[in-house]
Order: sequence, then C-alpha cells, then structure tokens
Amino acid sequence: MAQAAIELIGINKSFGAVRANRDINLEIARGTIHGIVGENGAGKSTLMSILYGFYQADSGEIRVGGNPASIKTPNDAIALGIGMVHQHFMLVDNFSVLENIILGAESDALLKRSIAKARSELERLEREYGLDVDPDAIIEELPVGLQQRVEILKALYRGAEILILDEPTGVLTPAEADHLFRILKQLKDQGKTVVLITHKLREIMAITDTVSVMRQGTMVATRETRKTTVEELAELMVGRRVLLRVEKGEAEAGAVKLAVKNLTVKDSRGVTMVDDISFDVRGGEIVGIAGVAGNGQSELLEAISGIRRAVSGSVMLDGKPIDLTGAADPGELRDRGLAHVPEDRHHVGLVLAFEENENSILGYHDDPRYLRGPFLNVDAIMADARDKIEKYDIRPGNPRLKTANFSGGNQQKIVLAREIEQDPGVLIVGQPTRGVDVGAIEFIHKRLIAMRDQGKAVLVVSVELDEIRSLSDRILVMFAGRIVGERGPEATEGELGLLMAGVERQEAAA
Amino acid sequence: MDFVNAIVQVLDSTIRLSVPLLLACLAGLFSERSGIFDIGLEGKMLVGAFAGAAAASVFHSAFIGLGMAILISVAFAMVHGFASITHRGNQIVSGVAINFIAAGSTIILGQAWFQQGGRTPALQPGERFESITAYVISNFLSTYSFSTASFADFLASIRGLILYLPALLIDALARIPGFGPIFAELVLGHSILVYFAFAMVPFTWWVLFRTRFGLRLRAVGENPAAVDTAGISVAWLRYRALICTGILTGVAGAYLSMVQNGGFVKDMTAGKGYIALAALIFAKWKPVNAMFACLLFGFLDAASIRLQGSPLPIVGKVSAQFMQALPYVLTVVLLAGFIGKAIPPRAGGVPYVKER
Repeated sequence: MAQAAIELIGINKSFGAVRANRDINLEIARGTIHGIVGENGAGKSTLMSILYGFYQADSGEIRVGGNPASIKTPNDAIALGIGMVHQHFMLVDNFSVLENIILGAESDALLKRSIAKARSELERLEREYGLDVDPDAIIEELPVGLQQRVEILKALYRGAEILILDEPTGVLTPAEADHLFRILKQLKDQGKTVVLITHKLREIMAITDTVSVMRQGTMVATRETRKTTVEELAELMVGRRVLLRVEKGEAEAGAVKLAVKNLTVKDSRGVTMVDDISFDVRGGEIVGIAGVAGNGQSELLEAISGIRRAVSGSVMLDGKPIDLTGAADPGELRDRGLAHVPEDRHHVGLVLAFEENENSILGYHDDPRYLRGPFLNVDAIMADARDKIEKYDIRPGNPRLKTANFSGGNQQKIVLAREIEQDPGVLIVGQPTRGVDVGAIEFIHKRLIAMRDQGKAVLVVSVELDEIRSLSDRILVMFAGRIVGERGPEATEGELGLLMAGVERQEAAA
Repeated sequence: MDFVNAIVQVLDSTIRLSVPLLLACLAGLFSERSGIFDIGLEGKMLVGAFAGAAAASVFHSAFIGLGMAILISVAFAMVHGFASITHRGNQIVSGVAINFIAAGSTIILGQAWFQQGGRTPALQPGERFESITAYVISNFLSTYSFSTASFADFLASIRGLILYLPALLIDALARIPGFGPIFAELVLGHSILVYFAFAMVPFTWWVLFRTRFGLRLRAVGENPAAVDTAGISVAWLRYRALICTGILTGVAGAYLSMVQNGGFVKDMTAGKGYIALAALIFAKWKPVNAMFACLLFGFLDAASIRLQGSPLPIVGKVSAQFMQALPYVLTVVLLAGFIGKAIPPRAGGVPYVKER
C-alpha cells in the first residue's frame, strides 16, 4: 500500500500554560490529499508549523519518508521537500512574482542570473501544473487567488514533495476555490502529497482522501473521507451534535423597516460599484444578499450604514431618510435603531488592542447605562460584558483579556453580542460567520433567526452560499453592482450560482 | 564673470556640504530598508568623527583615523541592533539613547585624553585627507618616474602607473579654456571621501536592486515573515544591514572631522543626522533620489552661507538668522507639501516576532 510521506509520533507543544498539541500521532500517506479539520484554536496550525520548522515540538518525533527527521528551521523542512502555503500569505507585496519566488532560494549572488534561471523553471512548472501567473506582475496588483498560486509555485520551485495548505480558501471566492482544488488534484496526480488544513467540512468532503479531526489540541479521529459524513465530522470537531442547517419557522414579514431606493455608490477610484439598486427589508424577515465578493456588496453595506458616500438614491430607516453624504453620524443611526456588524471586524468592528469589555460597549460607550457622571462606570461595563460572555458563550470568558487574543469566531461573537444586545430594529450583518467555527456558526445563525422572530429586520450579506440559503427568507443576488435576481430560500445552489456568475443577465442582454 | 564665479563657488560648497548628508542618508537607507528605523545616525556620525580625529592625531595617519571611525560607528550600530533586533526594543528609544551617549561620551573622552575642552588636537598634514587639486595632479604627472630601487618604491610606481592615464585625462580636461577652471573648481579639489560618497550612490543602488543581499534586505523591510518562512534569518540579515549603516556613518563622521574640519569639535554633527533622515523620506528611500535630496539640502545650506549679509533683490538685506534658518524651514515645507505620498518600508519600526 501507499507508503507514509509523513509520520508524527507523540508530538507535544505548549505555549505557556496553553497545551496547543498533546500526544499527536498522525500518518499521512504519500500521493494523497489529507485533510485536517478542527475548530479555531484546536491546534491544527501549530502542528503544521512544527512540521514546517517554524516551532519546535516540546517532545515527539517526526519521520519524513520513513526516516527520522530533525526539523529545526523552515530551511530543514524545505530541504526535506516540505512546502507550506500559509493562511496569511508570506509574500512581499511590492515585489514581482519572480522576486518572491526566488527569495531565499536564489541560485546566484547576482539577481539577474537567479531571475533568468527562475523564469525558465517557472515556465516549466506553469506548463506542468497549469498554474498561470505573469512572472513580472507585482504581487499587490494580483487578486488573492493568484497570490495564492504564487505561494504554491514558491513551494514547488523549492522542490516540495509535500505541500501543506493552511486554511487556503478563507480568502477565496467560490470560483477561485474550485480552481485551487483542481490544482491540488493535479498535484496529487503528479505524486505529490497534499495536507489541507481547514474548518470547512464541505471542502474536506469534496477533495480529500483521508481526514483527521483535531479538538482542543488532541487528534480525536482519522477517517477515510468516503466512509464518513459531514455530520459525523462536525460532531467529532465540536464534541457534540451540531445542526448544520438551522431550523426555522415561516417568516411573518411586517412593515417595511429599511427601504433602499435607486442607490448608486462609487468606490474611491470612481468606479460604480452599486448601480441603481432598490429593495426593502421588512420587520420579521431575513433578506440575504448573495454574490461573489467584489460585486458591490461591501459598498452597499457601507452606504446603508452611513460610512460611504452615495452618489444618488435614498435609504429610509423607519420611513425617515438616512444621511448618504458620507457624513452620517453612526451614533445617531444607532440611536435610531440601526445596528451594523461590519464585514471586516478587525479593522472596523473592533479595536484589537482593547480589552474585551471595552470592545463590548464600543460605540455605545456614551449610553447612560455605562456612565457615572462624565466617567465610565467600570462596574456596569464589566457586569454587562460578563453577561454577554455568558449569553454568547464567548471563550475564554475573561472580560479583561485583550481582544486580539480571542479566536476569530469569538471576536465575531463579541461584535454580534454588542450589536444584538442593543435591541436594534434593523440589523445589518456583513459576512456573519467569516472565519468562524462550525459550532459558533450554528449559534450565530440561531441568534439571527431569533432576531427575526422578534420582528426585527435583518439584512445579511455573505459570500457563503450555504449560509445565505440557510438563513434567508428572501435571497437577492448581486452581480456587477446590480441585483440580478430575487429567489426564495428553496432556490438551488446551481440556480443561484448561475445568477452570481451573471449568466442570466448576459443572456438577457444578448 | 563675477556672477558666474559666485555660482560656481556656491555649487562647489554645495558638494562639500552635501557629502556628510549623503553618506548618512545612504546609511539610513540600508537600515530603514531592512525595517530598522535609525534615528541614531546623528550619534553614530558623531562618534565616528571623534574616533577618526582622535586616532588620526594619535597615530598620525588619516587612514587609521578613517578605520577607527568606521569601527566605532559600526560598534554603535551593533548596540542599536542588539537593543532593537535581538531584544525587540523600541527603535526610536534606542536611537535617541545612542545620540545622547554619543554627545556625552565624545566630550568626556575628548577632555580626558586631550585636555582641549572636548576638542581633539588640530590635525597636521598627513593626518587629514588632502584635496586632490589640479595642482596635485599636474605635480604628480611631472614628477612621476618608474623606480625599482626598493620594494616600496616599486609598489608606489605600480600604483602610479595605474593612476597615470586617468590623471593625464583629468589634467587635459582641466586645461581646456573656459571649461577647465569650472571643472577644476567643481569636480577637482575634493578629498577622496567626496568621490567615495558619490560613488556609493550607484553602488548602493546596485547592491539593493541587483544582488541577492539587496533583494533579501528589501524583503525583510517589507515582510520579515516572508523572509523567515523562506528559511533566512531575519535577525542576521538586519544586523548585516546595520553594519552597512555603521560603515557609512563612520565615513560621514570622518569626513566632518578630518576633511571639512581639522579636528573634532563637540556636537559638530549639528543635526546633520536628522536632516539626512528628512532627506531619506524626501527621497522615498531610493539611492539616486537620496543624492538629489542631499544636494538640494546642501545647496540650501551653501546658499544661506553665501547670501548672509549681502542684499537680495526685492527683499533687501535679510538677517543672518533668517538665512541660517532657511534650510530648515524649507525642509519642513518640502517634507510637508511637495513629496506626495512617501510609503516607508512596511515593516519599518516593528520588531519581528514570530506570530503564534
């Protein structure tokens, strides 16, 4: 049978008091795609960083191709044919593709010769694996999908036989992710071994041969992918049964709470991103906006929440207009009952250097509940934070912890708790579960549906089609700045996918 | 003719005044391109100036002085590296500390060793870098002869033979009527350190953009994690960048005390390290731009000296203080308004910590 490419035996690793990996045993067969799933903080990335020499295990043994290996630096890993594509790309943004590929693997002290050699080698790799990238393009001008391709080429250029990908689809559009999977299958056909770290179970089912599940630093199971199910994996990951599709009753749509009319928005370069859009959101319903990232959804959200200037059109909140000149006071909108969970929680939703309790009132900090005269009422704020921590199961449950030290899923819960607990009439949510674990997704979806059942209007924008279909009472599909279709929740993935790709619109135009 | 003369003289002193700025600016370029902010250029120049002049006057050799200037300046750069690379300290604090230590220690040591109020003894001929003038060249040409009398003579003769053709060419250029005197004034008549400084501009460019070391150095200033995962030591790379910085600030210091001045005077850098930093930003961290930026600042300095006390058209006589302040005022105006968006190396100022 297939020989093991990598064996990990009894790996332990602690960071201070946190045991990130305990007694991990793992065997990865050569020429397969092996998935590793687990919630955020389960220790997947730590394990792979040990394999790549970025960290040293406290104890345990690594064998590569059957031979005991000592991997102390990434250089050792590279020499053993291990390549890694990190979650956050390790690229120099203002360098060209070629410069990034040769960095650290230059064949010569002078760049000219190194680059010339790399260029012909790159052409060979591109032909062999169908990885087209312009070698002279500057990284920051490339879409993320192509940047990732550069990372893969970087590893292959260094002669990687074993390729580790850490959450590779987190930043990709569905089409880009599909393309990535085709590339990975091709690598496998060429005899390479691929290790895929992810928390998206759909990807595991779609592409891997075997899958290992990690939970709280331990390896809880390894399965053959075709002999397992999404439900089983989810249960193994979370340690309890998980509802992948939240149950919900019929929507009882009430009065129009949010009315968008003929809204047009341009981005900073002057390109029209939202093109004459009109729709309503009623109380007691969830309206989902589906679409491939970059089709104007972000600009739409920003315009409605008063952050971005609109060129023309109007947005009515409970029958009264919202200031669309870009000078809207977010505090005033909050007072009027509009809550906004931004897409980019790191830059817009949270101050990562603040403590959890400070972030849990951010934007509402001048509410009399949190004040004592002109000063912050620390006791009230802490009590409020503890309350939210309990209600939203935010972990670790320490309101004094710096927000940056929470996992992505828990950060998202902090933002959601803050906005939902203000009891707004209208809730706008961008990418509610981006980078969030399966267990937390279930929780967040339940919360949003509870909001709806209380008669609130909820507008959800997501690039995850599953999420849109599971949550929405009505689905609007955006393509190139326009709403190209409205469907009910029963719409199939294929139908929505075609709309998202703009197929119907092109046919109509032809 | 008087006017042309005045212009040539201002341009000539522009070159002389630009040199320490240019060397310090290129020094800062190496450091900042590697992601280490270096506000301690000033201090490193100062210790270089002191060490150079002190060693030159003790050992009676300009080259020993230069070597000592470089050595001490590199040592201070390593202190900055130890604090900010190895111990991930704040780079601004470390740089400021170096400036303070430099300002204090040069005066104390100068007084303790030479008892001249913090000065070093006035440098004698042979202890300073002499100017290479048209006279020196024609003298060399007329007295050159090949000798094998002793081994030392033989070596000197070989060296002379290599220099003979360029000297002949320069001599011929200097003799062209009209052009010759201007050429002699502007290009000739400088010490070897001036030519070194200007030669460093294309050299720095070549190192940064044409060599493996340069590629890695620029990469570590933009995204050290990319360098680390590529299997290259971030710390060692940054230390090497700081060695380059130390060498160049050492030469800059030596130029101040051994060329521009005949010895060390306390606080003789007088803010040049900071002006060099301003020039670096103005130049958007590019070597050729850095040269023009330093020439501009040098020109402002030269013009202000030249115009002191002489009446200007329209505005009349301007006070000396205003003229002295002019370069600094223009620095602020230029930096605030004219350079557009200067994007610094992205990892600048941030100690590299492996993320968890």
